[in-house]
Amino acid sequence: MNFPEITLTHLDNLWFQVSGTLCNIACTHCFNNSGPNVRTFEFLSLETVRAEIESATRVGVKEIFFTGGEPFLHPQLPEMLSLSLDHAPTTVLTNGMLINERIADRLAEIEQAARYSLEIRVSLDGYTEEMNDAIRGKGVFRSALRAVARLSRRGLLPLVTIVRTWADEEELRTLAGFSATLREAGYARPRIKVLPALPLGRELERSAGAETDALLSEEMLEGFDRELLMCSNSRIVTDRGVWACPLLVEKPDARLGATLADASPDYALSHNACVTCYHYGTICGNISSLIEGPAVQADAASSELS
Amino acid sequence: MKRLALFGGIYNNYLALEAAIRDAQRRKADGIYCLGDLGAFGPYPDRVYPILRGHGVQCIQGNYDNSLAGGLADCQCGYTDPRDNHFARISYNYTFKNTSEENKAWLGTLPETLRLEVEGRRMLLCHGSPRRMNEFLWDSTSPDAFIEYLLEQSKADVVCVTHSGIKWHRELSGGRHFINVGVLGRPENDGKTNVWYTLLTIDRADAKVEFVPVDYNFKKLAAEMKAERLPEEFIETITSGWWTTCLEVLPHKERARGRF
Repeated sequence: MNFPEITLTHLDNLWFQVSGTLCNIACTHCFNNSGPNVRTFEFLSLETVRAEIESATRVGVKEIFFTGGEPFLHPQLPEMLSLSLDHAPTTVLTNGMLINERIADRLAEIEQAARYSLEIRVSLDGYTEEMNDAIRGKGVFRSALRAVARLSRRGLLPLVTIVRTWADEEELRTLAGFSATLREAGYARPRIKVLPALPLGRELERSAGAETDALLSEEMLEGFDRELLMCSNSRIVTDRGVWACPLLVEKPDARLGATLADASPDYALSHNACVTCYHYGTICGNISSLIEGPAVQADAASSELS
Repeated sequence: MKRLALFGGIYNNYLALEAAIRDAQRRKADGIYCLGDLGAFGPYPDRVYPILRGHGVQCIQGNYDNSLAGGLADCQCGYTDPRDNHFARISYNYTFKNTSEENKAWLGTLPETLRLEVEGRRMLLCHGSPRRMNEFLWDSTSPDAFIEYLLEQSKADVVCVTHSGIKWHRELSGGRHFINVGVLGRPENDGKTNVWYTLLTIDRADAKVEFVPVDYNFKKLAAEMKAERLPEEFIETITSGWWTTCLEVLPHKERARGRF
């Protein structure tokens, strides 16, 4: 089968799988099967990170992201964030559990010294302790909320992500409720990012949904704005080379080269993950296209939201 | 020497528009340009059109204008947060309903970008970014190397944008400039009620960028918004200078400077 090919238009987003697949927890839905002792991918060296940031800056990169695994397992992460912020706005995706008082101090220091924005994205799944910990493990919800409060006390405004698991008509009420939970936990000005549930990785095994055999075709991309697909504007650097997309690091055909400079600009959309990107847009960025909330009537009291 | 007045999104704020035009005339601007998004947020959408046409303001299309002209169901603002989209929808539905067919058709005649040659410099005016009408370009998320790339791609020495709602300016090598001109429609989330436009003075040797604060009768605007039953949250922004809605698109630095 011939899959539609996407060419890198411009490297807007540079990702680092900085801690490989090593994580301190094992979420039931993890898209790249990270977990404790999972060494499919290993830590990136500071030298690799530095070299690739310089290479990306030469072509005008717009944003840099650090993911894993759990990035804060890497002892040099703060140094890397600081280096990255010299060149571009930088985001780190974390479960928050390792952000203790000392790390929070360091992050506040780095943010204040930076010219560009530092985004700390704390990932949760459920908006309640029960829902979240069923997926992420016991105690994870409270631990993440403690980290969020620590950052908030230092003037940082982390982005808390949750996965949409509610009906459309419940959306605004659910988010207002989750905001209240975050305020009670000590986060005075909550920022929330809602993600769709993606049928990938362990989530795919877990849900075994109808979309499992869905793949993209040329016909589906007719009239579709290809620049909404992440592989048209992003690359991820791992300890085993450069890949088309953070969701595809386990797929051998998505490895495009050893370094950014020698990586192929072309990628054929041959995986289920490509379908989720097609449906939901590049949800991995901080502000992403195509994840509109549900239709809401104008009379759905604005007062209940404020 | 040429002096250009550059206006960003007007968002139906005809009172600020009138004040800005008076100010630009007083400062002897050679031309006045508006970078799009004539509608949104404020009251009585049809009022900005005779003012713009009467003063020969050259306009380009913003995402709002593109949506209104094309009869689209939403404003293409590029929000992703459900609460942001909720308020964007209220604003768009109001503006759509209260903009005449004639004015919608006129929006359809506006160009998406405008190229000028001023004192030997190549200028590009666009709404969001040179590559996308609704791309948000913020100071804290637009690295120098990326701005250099945009300038090279657009083959321009001076690029002017709006869309995000907060002004900023970057001077790059070779006397090139990238300017987010700010907006006339609402204050820029700094606790002050004034709005901003940009005055660009260009001669053979230099380009000087000046951000001009515009005071206008915001109390009158707030009263009219109330009469039109627009959301209290919008009125609060006009009277307090703090953004209360459509906040989730703000990057960390810009968000941290605001109240909400």
